[in-house]
Amino acid sequence: MLWVLFWAFLQVGLFSVGGGYAAIPLIQEQVVENYEIMTMEEFSDLITVAEMTPGPIAINSATFVGMRVAGPWGALVCTIGCIIPSILISLLLAHFYYKYRNISGVQTVLAAMRPAVVALIGSAGLSILMLGIFHTDLFSASLEDMRYVEVGIFAVALFVLRKYKVNAIYIILGSGVVGTAIYAIMGMVA
Amino acid sequence: MKNRGKLWMLFKSMFILSACAFGGGFVVVSLMKKKFVEELGWLEEDEMMDITAITQSTPGPILVNASVVIGYRVAGIVGALVAVCGTILPPMVIISIISLFYEKFRTNPYIATALQVMRAGVAAVILDVVLNLAAGVCKTKRVLYIGMMAVAFVCAYLFDISAMVIIFVCLGIGILDLVFSSKARKGAAG
Repeated sequence: MLWVLFWAFLQVGLFSVGGGYAAIPLIQEQVVENYEIMTMEEFSDLITVAEMTPGPIAINSATFVGMRVAGPWGALVCTIGCIIPSILISLLLAHFYYKYRNISGVQTVLAAMRPAVVALIGSAGLSILMLGIFHTDLFSASLEDMRYVEVGIFAVALFVLRKYKVNAIYIILGSGVVGTAIYAIMGMVA
Repeated sequence: MKNRGKLWMLFKSMFILSACAFGGGFVVVSLMKKKFVEELGWLEEDEMMDITAITQSTPGPILVNASVVIGYRVAGIVGALVAVCGTILPPMVIISIISLFYEKFRTNPYIATALQVMRAGVAAVILDVVLNLAAGVCKTKRVLYIGMMAVAFVCAYLFDISAMVIIFVCLGIGILDLVFSSKARKGAAG
């Protein structure tokens, strides 16, 4: 059983390119369809929990599946299976990156990727902002759905970040605590 | 002794980042930029963006990939392993505990509210980082880069084109840029 888990998550780790959301269909294929470790219903619970907790979705899922199927050892085996391809491939790329990055030609090529990275981070940020204040994406957002509490938290958080050098982690956790407290006081926790 | 202190700092930083990484890979990149570039000064800003591009195009969770590259940069292969351990521990512990009573966790209204409002804080953190990075791109005063940033943003946000495709297209543009600029230089010399 542990081998099956290991092998299933090794494939998830190897074939999920581009982060968490790319991993979800792969995990589904391995866990629900190929090895029938979970039902579709259990799987959707798994994704909900994996998204609700911090950390990479693939690692969260691996731990969750492993725990449910084979206890703590299962969790460990799934997680290790999931990260082995990452570690090997990233080490290789890191090695080459640091070996060649000071060559001026390589610098020119790398410099062209940086604007894309800024744009991608910006796009991810805007998507999260839209989800935060409208609970939906830009295309289906309407002004009536706007959540003023979230808008306020966003504005204050951004102001504090720009004005004072506050640790970003305090901002993230603080916005969760303050926001929940406001909703609780308004009696709107549902 | 100094090296041991550095490894401990690396482990601790990754552990905290991973424990607070709500909302996917680009959140983590923003947090890493704040921690390793601004606070500790271990990496340069350009380097952090290169690492983002590399990890985005490598299989596996972005956070794990980035830990490997940063760990390798700070303290070689040992550093990479230490960083990965710091990264995978929080999700493993959190999920292992939650998997025992996930039904209650999933349906708790306070947790759901906190996760929802936290998005506003996360968005503020990302936007803060993006504003600084975008200012950096504009400072290059190269129309090519500023244009690429704008086009990449539209492609990612409005057209939902995958991050990897965007990064590879920009890589291609970088190679063309290299070829043409070296040709131009040769032309000017001869």
